[in-house]
Amino acid sequence: MDPLPQAKEPFRFHTRLNLTELTGLRASVLPQLLKLIKQVPGACIYHHTHRFLEQHQYLSPEPPNDFAYWVSEVIGEDELAEQLASIDTVQFPTIRSLRDQIAQTIETYVAQNPLATLRFAGAGEEFHFIKSVSFIIPTPYIANNLEEFAQILEKITIDSIYFHVFEARLRLEHQTNDFYNWIDTALGCADIAGKLARLDPYAYTMEELRRRIISIVRAGYAKT
Amino acid sequence: MPRLDDYIPVVTQPVIDDLRLLAEKLRGKVIRNINSTAVGGGVAEILNRMVPFLQELGIDARWDVIKGGERFFAVTKKFHNALHGKSERITDDDLQAFIQTSRTNLAEMDLSGDIIFVHDPQPIILVEKKASNKWIWRCHVDVSEPQHKVWDFLMQYIPRYDAAVFSAPSFSRPLPVRQFLISPSIDPLSDKNKELPQSAINAVLDKYEIPRDKPLITQISRFDRLKDPVGVIEAYKRVKKYNECRLILAGGTATDDPEGLQVLEEVRERAGKDKDIHILLMPQNDIDVNALQRASTVIMQKSLREGFGLTVSEALWKAKPVVASHVGGIPLQIKNKYSGLLCRSIDGAAFAVKQLLNNPGYAKKLGENGREHIRNNFLLTRHLKDYLLLFLSLYHAEDVVYL
Repeated sequence: MDPLPQAKEPFRFHTRLNLTELTGLRASVLPQLLKLIKQVPGACIYHHTHRFLEQHQYLSPEPPNDFAYWVSEVIGEDELAEQLASIDTVQFPTIRSLRDQIAQTIETYVAQNPLATLRFAGAGEEFHFIKSVSFIIPTPYIANNLEEFAQILEKITIDSIYFHVFEARLRLEHQTNDFYNWIDTALGCADIAGKLARLDPYAYTMEELRRRIISIVRAGYAKT
Repeated sequence: MPRLDDYIPVVTQPVIDDLRLLAEKLRGKVIRNINSTAVGGGVAEILNRMVPFLQELGIDARWDVIKGGERFFAVTKKFHNALHGKSERITDDDLQAFIQTSRTNLAEMDLSGDIIFVHDPQPIILVEKKASNKWIWRCHVDVSEPQHKVWDFLMQYIPRYDAAVFSAPSFSRPLPVRQFLISPSIDPLSDKNKELPQSAINAVLDKYEIPRDKPLITQISRFDRLKDPVGVIEAYKRVKKYNECRLILAGGTATDDPEGLQVLEEVRERAGKDKDIHILLMPQNDIDVNALQRASTVIMQKSLREGFGLTVSEALWKAKPVVASHVGGIPLQIKNKYSGLLCRSIDGAAFAVKQLLNNPGYAKKLGENGREHIRNNFLLTRHLKDYLLLFLSLYHAEDVVYL
């Protein structure tokens, strides 16, 4: 068997730890929620669409975002909640575009269902806008080829996988996830990179996502 | 006293590695905690754990306690009640007494250090001596509906801090300083939460003469109207029409609290002669609480108001299905139908308990999800990580920080 191709540049794994910042902003009715969604910092939109991935990583795939959960559990508009939960986050390259889609979904719904604007949250059940503050730290783990990459993926924290797959793409606007970039450009393995690009990471729990990426990488280099 | 490495089997090695990575960035910093008591109360309990862990991580963490006489603490008790929204008459004399004691502390205390971490309202005025160092005000109290006079008084000082910290989103309000959400936590290695052998659990049930013949529904809380023990009995009675079960209401002694004794009487009266209701007036006994939670089929926390409600985390950590009210910090711990069931009424609570008793598979799944939710979000190690990030945030204003 040929030796594994070595990367032009090694891949340095980073990790990301999160601190939650409060804004003091809250909404009790859908029009208020919509107004604030349009105004709050992008870090708030990011928090409310990604928090579930980290905090409820053991749950079902397709974790609901906070907006969908609140609209369903507190406001009781299940149809709108379903529309919000099914926004295909992976299709949006920036938080701006994701924010626009969420706002537009609510706007369209309340225009068609004006009575929905009359429903309100009881005391203590308001939607509280919260921000994510991310601290990105380099780890000691460096991969030079696919085998080293897979071995590190097996032991790295899910925070690191989360950072390279979700945060780097959407929040840091790297366009695609970091793993795809490295495998495609530094290793030239377009086939494996293509499989990673087609993966919808929002449809997996974090541990399942780890297993899936390792399996794509290992299956890919077994063929080389 | 456990060391950080003792937590590796519970939270995994990488979590502890991350703490060490973060602590490296704070090496050499002096962090001075200040609160009003060295023993008793939740804050002292947290600091008793946190300060040694910070020191183990190589940070120069210190802990000082302010001094105050009877008059000062009588006023701070009133502050506490008023911040919780309870009706309290706060006079100008009260405020003057508070300021006077604070000024004495200001004159006597060493307030040097890179970060001064002030806990709760009692030492809040110390910020008057703020130099070029960083100051944080950590509010452990539910201030969602405070009495304005006290809140306005505190607002003379809060803006002078570099950051404020609250335990639940509902406690926050627009402030001119950054504010962070840091929830409290449970210690998985403490007597209240550590694993217990079945023999120890059985011994506790025997001690309180609780037969093991029917499913057990339990609420552990002091006998206080805000914990709604009478509401729990009402819910149990609705369940009991359809399901065989026992109810355990276990809480601390209330000998110094006349209202507590009155509530206990009401609870006994409402329980009547039902032999399946066990009312346990318990002294502080963490192992017994642990055993009762582990012996339970369903755990309830039907509070009418709650600061954070850490008993919910304790129950979920034992993988128990929980039915709890949608108040205070409880919705942070339970996502309805994912990691427990939330309720807003006696009927709602009864319906949820019946669902769990009749569907053991569903109950088991909720309990397991709940345990993982607590592992990821409400253990001491997460609390420690949040504190380290909080300290680092004082030196970085941006939302994405590269360390």
